[in-house]
Amino acid sequence: MTATTVRPLPALGPNRRLTVPKQAERTLGNGLTVIAVRRPAVPLVEVRLWMPFGRTHLARGAMLAQTMLAGTEAHSATEIAAELQKVGGGLSAGLDPDRLMLSGASLVTGLDRMLELLAEVLTGASYPGDWVATERDRLVDHIQVAQSQPSHLARTALLKRIYGRHPYAVQTPEPDQVRAVRPAALRKLHAERVHPAGAVLVLVGDVRPERALDAAEAALAGWRGDGHVAELPPAPPLEPGPLLLIDRPGSVQSSLRLALPAVPRTHPDHAALQLANLIFGGYFSSRWVENIREDKGYTYGPHSLVEHSVAGSVLVAGAEVATEVTAPALLETSYELGRLATVPPKPDELEQARQYALGTLQLGMSTQAGLASLTSAYAGNGLRLDFLTEHAARLAAATVDDVAEVAARYLAPAHAVTVVLGDAARIADSLAALTPVHREDA
Amino acid sequence: MPTRRARIPATKYPVERFALDNGLRVVLTPDRSAPVIGVAVVYDVGIRSEPEGRTGFAHLFEHLMFQGSENLEKLAHFRHVQGAGGTFNGSTHLDYTDYFETLPSNALERALFLEADRMRGPRLTEENLRNQVDVVKEEIRVNVLNRPYGGFPWLTLPPVMFDTFPNAHDGYGSFDDLESATVADAADFFRRYYASGNAVLAVSGDIDVAEATALIERHFGDVPARPAPERPDFTEPDLTTERRSTYTDALAPLPAVAGAWRVPDPVTDFAGYLPYVVLAEVLTDGDASRLVERLVQRDRTVTGVGGYLGFMGDPFDVRDPTALLLQAHLPPGGDVDKVLRTVDEELDRLATDGLVEGELARTQARMATHLLRDTDAVLGRALRMAVLEQQRGEPGLLNDLPRLVGAVTEDQVRAAAATLRPERRASVEVVAGGAQ
Repeated sequence: MTATTVRPLPALGPNRRLTVPKQAERTLGNGLTVIAVRRPAVPLVEVRLWMPFGRTHLARGAMLAQTMLAGTEAHSATEIAAELQKVGGGLSAGLDPDRLMLSGASLVTGLDRMLELLAEVLTGASYPGDWVATERDRLVDHIQVAQSQPSHLARTALLKRIYGRHPYAVQTPEPDQVRAVRPAALRKLHAERVHPAGAVLVLVGDVRPERALDAAEAALAGWRGDGHVAELPPAPPLEPGPLLLIDRPGSVQSSLRLALPAVPRTHPDHAALQLANLIFGGYFSSRWVENIREDKGYTYGPHSLVEHSVAGSVLVAGAEVATEVTAPALLETSYELGRLATVPPKPDELEQARQYALGTLQLGMSTQAGLASLTSAYAGNGLRLDFLTEHAARLAAATVDDVAEVAARYLAPAHAVTVVLGDAARIADSLAALTPVHREDA
Repeated sequence: MPTRRARIPATKYPVERFALDNGLRVVLTPDRSAPVIGVAVVYDVGIRSEPEGRTGFAHLFEHLMFQGSENLEKLAHFRHVQGAGGTFNGSTHLDYTDYFETLPSNALERALFLEADRMRGPRLTEENLRNQVDVVKEEIRVNVLNRPYGGFPWLTLPPVMFDTFPNAHDGYGSFDDLESATVADAADFFRRYYASGNAVLAVSGDIDVAEATALIERHFGDVPARPAPERPDFTEPDLTTERRSTYTDALAPLPAVAGAWRVPDPVTDFAGYLPYVVLAEVLTDGDASRLVERLVQRDRTVTGVGGYLGFMGDPFDVRDPTALLLQAHLPPGGDVDKVLRTVDEELDRLATDGLVEGELARTQARMATHLLRDTDAVLGRALRMAVLEQQRGEPGLLNDLPRLVGAVTEDQVRAAAATLRPERRASVEVVAGGAQ
């Protein structure tokens, strides 16, 4: 220690209150909900269109997202892209088991044009045969590359193990299923499912909210069609059992994944569980990171997160660890879960996690893109931005006892579903010394 | 031919610059529209400056800067930033290393204290060094060794294109070099490169300039003065004959290729450099771009193609020598030679026939959006301004970039394309070893 004076850590200034920006909302005659939020920081506007898309044929859904912007009666794919570029914009489509999402941004002066093009795609996507064929091959290649990634393989195995026969169990189609998709099937799926009813359009940026709603109404009121509703069954409860070991011979790391029960954002336990998760492994200053990275050097980036989907929530913890320390890393993970589930956290640990949770709410709202994604994710789950204020109040009010209670209820290692992907020949025996192991090939 | 173009908007972020007596340069850019701040400290040392036999050292040292400092125990930095509601990180580039936080604005003084404390002196202990060597090895495994296309092309193309150690070596480092690093090496590296005179501090967002200035003087004012070391000349001659290299990636299921050409000095010849930044986007930005249209859609010889300046995709944060890169992934059995030939053909066509009506303007409009979007985040602003100050003494250039990009002419883009000749090209091919 070379310091000659000990300098005290400066105190924090007073907390700034969370203020939710100005917004407006309108439900159009066709059932589309439009939410516009003002954040004038840069002369841009962010667009998110969330369409409910549960229980869709996996390969057709993936191909629909891949080719939705591939042309209309009026414009080819190249022309659509060029027209969007002219206003500094771009659109992309993505799919998950809950929704189809169109996302983009443009110069704010291009909002009307971007909405026009969005409407043109929604009402007139034509799925031209040559484009579909090209994109089919590309998607197959992308899936093949994904299937060579350990993180993808571990996630696939975990989802299958958690969800069993639920639609969430398989989220990536097989190449053969993709190869079988024809343009006619995409046109049919579009006609059946790409509808305004239940969809939410979010616009965030340098806009006057009412004016943005008018622009959206002018562009999208003609989007018609009855929503085919596909309710997802609730996700099944986790069923703990033997550790699932997936063999990936030659791996120089093992991918460790644990799933634990969690609750939706509106559940009374949610805020306390979010804090418990932070204390366990949800941020860098967590027990798990300090233990297996900063103390033992087993891993680079361990992380745990509560994932919210429409049909249920789950807490997932993941780490890529050196092959030779796979079992010790699992041991430390169970130790940290067990310790949090049985011993209340220290008050200063809770305060630190609380400040982080409250601070990152402010940070998440401080850009147009962050605000748009947050607004859209909330809206997809039936919430509005004012929920942030309620949630912040719950985070502020959670006590050590509250957090200890939810930790015992949700984070106990006995509840965990565990998957390890790695070189089974090198890790199976030591894992079996900790817990029963069920082995499968990748 | 003048074409009607979308008006390129600009930002007007205010910029205050000053230097402390110890040589630390400071950039402040206030914006009170949200109660958050970005704090960045950038040191003028990167991968190119690490000594021979010490590959990966600049990055390893970045890890050590988080392991405690004069008044802070190990782990304290993380806890104090996150316990104030903020997030942090650091990253190592070819020409600089940055450390940064985004925080609610009530944590300004705390962030300044934390950065000043490690600028005075990190705690360089044997235990922390061994621990972070292990962590970095796991980082390399997860990003390079255990995944397909690991390090492609940023680690695998430079050794084809360049001949000298600073430009050609593996910036992540070999395990041998990492394991043999010592505390004395780290102390020496710190003394040499982490001088107050070799650093820039930038603070953006919800600050009052007078108050922030006073706080910066209070916390950084007594950091002992040390001058910046002289930066060596990393120049290398341009290629005059084509260079090709091939390697098998045991995990990759499909082939891939990347090619690169040297470009003008980004700092001393910015006007000559900018057309290449625009050219990369004309070639690859989206479905309406040249190479996507030709290679992906028409020929179907690639499944994806990207183009950018700087090996780490940092067009405005890199010094000479650097390059324009194109990279593509191919379908099963894809023919890399054919892809490179087609690229040459398209570059020729662009140089000879020029751009089509509106092609340049729309590309520039989209580039402006990307630049504006990046600066919307307070941290994006602080980091960019810090590096612009360090490398050019011109942080306010950030406000001008959309306009300058918009002012690049068709003739300039054509001329840039004309220089990307096969004989000046270095390329690296990934042979799929993981085909199923």
